[in-house]
Amino acid sequence: MIEIFGVPLMALYSQLMLGLVNGSFYALLSLGLAVIFGMLNIINFAHGALYMIGAFCAWMLLSKFNIGYFEALLITPLILGLIGVIIERLLLKWLYQVDHLYGLLLTFGLALIFEGYFRSQFGVSGETYDIPEILDGPVNLGFMVIPKYRLWVIFLSLIVCVLTWFMVEKTRLGSYLRAATENPKLTQAFGINVPLMVMLTYGFGVALAGFAGVMAAPIYQVSPLMGSHLIIVVFAVVVIGGMGSISGAIISGLGLGIIEGLTKVFYPPLSSTVVFIIMAIVLIFRPAGLFGREK
Amino acid sequence: MTKYKKSTLKSIVVASLLALGVQQSAQAQISDNVVKIGVLTDMSGPYSDFSGKGSITATQMAITDFENKYHPKFKIEMVTADHQDKADITSNKAREWFDREHVDMITDLVSSIAGLSAMKVAKEKNKIVIITGAGSSKITNEGCNDVTVHYVYDTYATGQGTAKAVVKQGGKTWFFLTADYVFGHSLENDATKAIKAAGGQVLGSVSHPFPSRDLSSYLLKAQASGAQIVGLANAGDDTINSIKQAAEFGITPKQHLAALLIFISDVHSVGLKQTQGMYLTTGFYWDRTPESRAFSKRYFEKMHKMPSMNQAGVYSAVMHYLEAVQSTGSDDTKTVMTQMKKTPINDFYAQNGHIREDGRMVYDMYLAQVKKPSESKYPWDYYNILATIPASEAFQPLSESTCPLVKK
Repeated sequence: MIEIFGVPLMALYSQLMLGLVNGSFYALLSLGLAVIFGMLNIINFAHGALYMIGAFCAWMLLSKFNIGYFEALLITPLILGLIGVIIERLLLKWLYQVDHLYGLLLTFGLALIFEGYFRSQFGVSGETYDIPEILDGPVNLGFMVIPKYRLWVIFLSLIVCVLTWFMVEKTRLGSYLRAATENPKLTQAFGINVPLMVMLTYGFGVALAGFAGVMAAPIYQVSPLMGSHLIIVVFAVVVIGGMGSISGAIISGLGLGIIEGLTKVFYPPLSSTVVFIIMAIVLIFRPAGLFGREK
Repeated sequence: MTKYKKSTLKSIVVASLLALGVQQSAQAQISDNVVKIGVLTDMSGPYSDFSGKGSITATQMAITDFENKYHPKFKIEMVTADHQDKADITSNKAREWFDREHVDMITDLVSSIAGLSAMKVAKEKNKIVIITGAGSSKITNEGCNDVTVHYVYDTYATGQGTAKAVVKQGGKTWFFLTADYVFGHSLENDATKAIKAAGGQVLGSVSHPFPSRDLSSYLLKAQASGAQIVGLANAGDDTINSIKQAAEFGITPKQHLAALLIFISDVHSVGLKQTQGMYLTTGFYWDRTPESRAFSKRYFEKMHKMPSMNQAGVYSAVMHYLEAVQSTGSDDTKTVMTQMKKTPINDFYAQNGHIREDGRMVYDMYLAQVKKPSESKYPWDYYNILATIPASEAFQPLSESTCPLVKK
C-alpha cells in the first residue's frame, strides 16, 4: 500500500474529501461575507447567527409545518433574505457614512441578540434534523465510503458559488453593483437606484448564509451556538482570500477546508489553528489578501 | 504557690472558659441571621442545558422545601451569576460574593476550571463550595481542600463505570475520541485503566480540538482501527456531533459508541434513534424510583424538562448543606463541614451517600442503557437501568487518592 508520511494514500484521499465538504461551507459563508463587504463595506458579524437561523428555519419548517428539506432549500433563503432586507432598511443604512467599526459593532450586537433568543427558546444542545431519505446512506467511491449527503453538499455549494461569481462578475446587474460600490453618486446619476441595489445585496448575502444553514442542518446539530463556532474561521478565510473578493472567498474557502482536513490527519491538535497561522503569514506578505486589491 | 499566684491562675482559667464560651456561642450563631447561597453556573455556554437555569430552579426548590419543612429561625437568600466557564470570572465573582455579599456557600460550578478556581478562593476566604457540575477527578485528588465537597460525579466514576460494563458485555477492543483538554484526557485515562483491568485492550486514540464541529476525520480513524467500541471522551456538543456523524458514516451500528459522560439533556437533544443501545453511568435518572419521579415532576412543571443528574444533585446538595446549618445552628465553615461529613445522605437523589475526608460525596451510581425508540412509552422515557454500582465501587478508592487530607 502506498503511504505518505506513514499515512495510507486511501486514508489521505478520504480526508481530502472531508476537507472539501468543510471547505464548501467555508466557501458559501465567506462568499456571503465577501459580497456584503464588497458592496456595502459592512463587516457582517451577524453572518454566523444568520446561518444558525437558517438551520433553525429548516428545522421549524419540518417539525411544525412538515415541509421537507428540498422545499426548505428554497424557502429558507427567501425568509432569511427578507430578514436581511429588514435589517438593512431599519439599521444598517444609517451607518454607511461612518467608520466600518460601527457596522461591525451593530452586527455583532445583532448576533448576540439572535443567539441569546434561540438559546433561551431551545437550549444550547439544540435539535436534530434528519438527512432526507433520498440522500441518506453511503456511496462507495473506491477509495472511501462517503455519505451521499456530503457529496451533495460539495456539488450544490460549488454550483451556488459559481452562479454567484458569474452574476457579480459577468452580468449587467453585477456590473451595476460593482459600479455602485466604486462610485455610488455617479452610478445614481446614471439613473440606477443605488439604495435598492444595496438593500438587495445585503438580502442576498444573508440568504446565502441561510442556504448554508439549511445544508448544515442534517450534518451538524442545529444549535444556537453553531454559527459562533464557525464565524471566526470564516472571517479568517475572507481575510486570506482578500476582503470583498468573490473568487478569493470561494478559492480560499475550499483550499483552507482541504488544508484543515490534512492537518487533522498529520497533527490533529493544530487543526483548529492552522487557518489562523496561514492568515498571519498571508497578512505579512500580502496585507490585502491573496486575491484582494490594495486600495 | 502564693495566694497571689493562685488567684492569677483562677482568673486565667475563668477568662479562658469565658473566652471559650464566647467563641462557642459565636460559632452557634448564624452571621447576620442570613444564610446566603450562591449559584455560580454556566448560563449561556455549552454546559447550560444540564446546569444553568435548571440549577437555579433546583436551588430555589430546595430552599422553599427546607423552609416549609423546618421553619428555620434564619433567613435564606440566593444569588446567581454566570461564570462563563472561565477561571478569572469565576474567581472574581466568588471573591466578591464572599467578601462583599457575605455568601456562605457557592454551588454548581460546571466546568472543571471554574470548579478548581472557586475552591481556591473558598479556601483563602474559609467558605464552603459544593461542586456539582464539574467532573475533573483533580478536585478530590491533588487539588483537594477541606472546604470543598464534590457532590455529583467525576471522570473516574462515569469513565470507569461505563468502560467496565462495556468490556463485560464483550466490548474488548477500544478506540478513543478525546477532547483535547484536561477533562477529556482525564476521562480517557480513567476509562483506560478500567478497560485494561477488565481484560480489554485500547487500540489507539485521537485528540480533537475543543470544541469541534466536524468530527468525521477522527471518526474515520476510529473506523479504520477496527475497534469494537469507539469511546467518546468528550462532552456536550462534541459528544452530540460525534454520535450524529458516526451514524452518518455508517460507523454505528457496526461498531458501538460508548459515551463516557452524557447527560439526559444530550440524549433528549439527539433523539433515541441515534443514541439507542448506548451504555452510560449516571448518578440519577428521573424515572427510577417514586421519590425521584415525584421530585422530577415538580421540577418539570417549572422547567418543562426533566432534571439532569447535575440539576437534581444541586437540590440534594443544597438541602444537605441547609440541614447541617439547621442542626448545628451555625453557618461557621468548619462546624458545617464537619456536620455534613458526619451525616449520611439518603434522599430521592443519593442512596448510601456520605462525604469522605477528601471531599468526595460517594453514593450508589447506576449503569444505564439508552432505550430503543420502540421501547420508549412516554416523553423522557429514555433509560433502562441495568445495574447499581455500589458507592464503594463507583468512585476512586481512598487508597489511590493523592489528596493530602487523606490519612494513609
